[in-house]
Amino acid sequence: MHELSIAVSMIDAASREAAAVGAERVRAVYLKMGVLSGVVRDALLFSFDVASVGTPLEGATLNIEDIPVVVFCPACRAEKTLLDYYGFECPDCGAIASDVRQGRDLEVTAIEIEESEATNHEMPSTTNHDS
Amino acid sequence: MITRIVEVRHGVLRKNDELARELRDRFDAADVFVVNLVSGPGAGKTALLERTLAGLRPKFRVAALVGDLATENDATRLARSGAPIRQISTGTTCHLEAEMIANALEGWELADLDLLFIENVGNLVCPASYNLGEHLRAVLFSTTEGEDKPLKYPTIFNTADVALLTKMDLAEVVEFDRNLAVHNIHQVRPGLPVVDTSSKRDDGLEGWLGFLAGQVEVQSAPVA
Repeated sequence: MHELSIAVSMIDAASREAAAVGAERVRAVYLKMGVLSGVVRDALLFSFDVASVGTPLEGATLNIEDIPVVVFCPACRAEKTLLDYYGFECPDCGAIASDVRQGRDLEVTAIEIEESEATNHEMPSTTNHDS
Repeated sequence: MITRIVEVRHGVLRKNDELARELRDRFDAADVFVVNLVSGPGAGKTALLERTLAGLRPKFRVAALVGDLATENDATRLARSGAPIRQISTGTTCHLEAEMIANALEGWELADLDLLFIENVGNLVCPASYNLGEHLRAVLFSTTEGEDKPLKYPTIFNTADVALLTKMDLAEVVEFDRNLAVHNIHQVRPGLPVVDTSSKRDDGLEGWLGFLAGQVEVQSAPVA
């Protein structure tokens, strides 16, 4: 059960990103999660809800995109997507393919933020930094 | 209120990975070969480590860090070998993280070591996600666990560099099918070296100690 520490780390990062752009709340977090990441989806969703209470992410949705395992097949000399991760065999030619090119990912790709309409992004600052 | 999407690229385990890279640089600079032992609880990590430390001690300078949620039992057992040992009590955390390793190493002169062993928390799931800067990740798999463990926990086997079959002295009694176990290991990690061990019988350990000695030789060899 390391999903809780992963959720906390995600919430910290998203809170910082939101603060950096002056947002008050985060409505959603988009996460890419590899099949081989070792993270259990339900445990992560549960942890996210619990850990976000009292943060700018309270009530936010966690959108998880599953990233399949992609291996390099030495026989076909090409990257192949595995249909299931129990067998590292090329789905086309059956050769053993253990060179994992994708599928261990665990990355927050975007956050959906909520901000007051007063914030103007076209002209981020009126402060004059000229010396 | 308006909402908008902000694109970010934040590796969730980035902090651990960065710390692990720093640790790896320190290990390399000090020429110490680091082994991370992972397995489910009760697979025999501590017993194997006791025998390993004793077997390597005449020839190599060895030390170990050992992680558990609670107690110092393992450290006490391992300290009998005479090697420097430190216990890492993780409290409620089910795995070791790079930061815990960095903290536990404080005060140790890495250059005085040839090999450092890290005995991870007994858990076949979470330790797979946390790089500790190790050179070798060894996954233990005991004959009493059932041959399909690698299929049930593919990630930890897939990220390992060597698999150790432990309690081989019990293989016959528990009708352990070694061929099936190796087949299953290779289903999730083709080509993974598999070494038979028995911490009760010295004969089973030779392969493992020889394997380690070979790895250390490669590590300390000057780059051509």
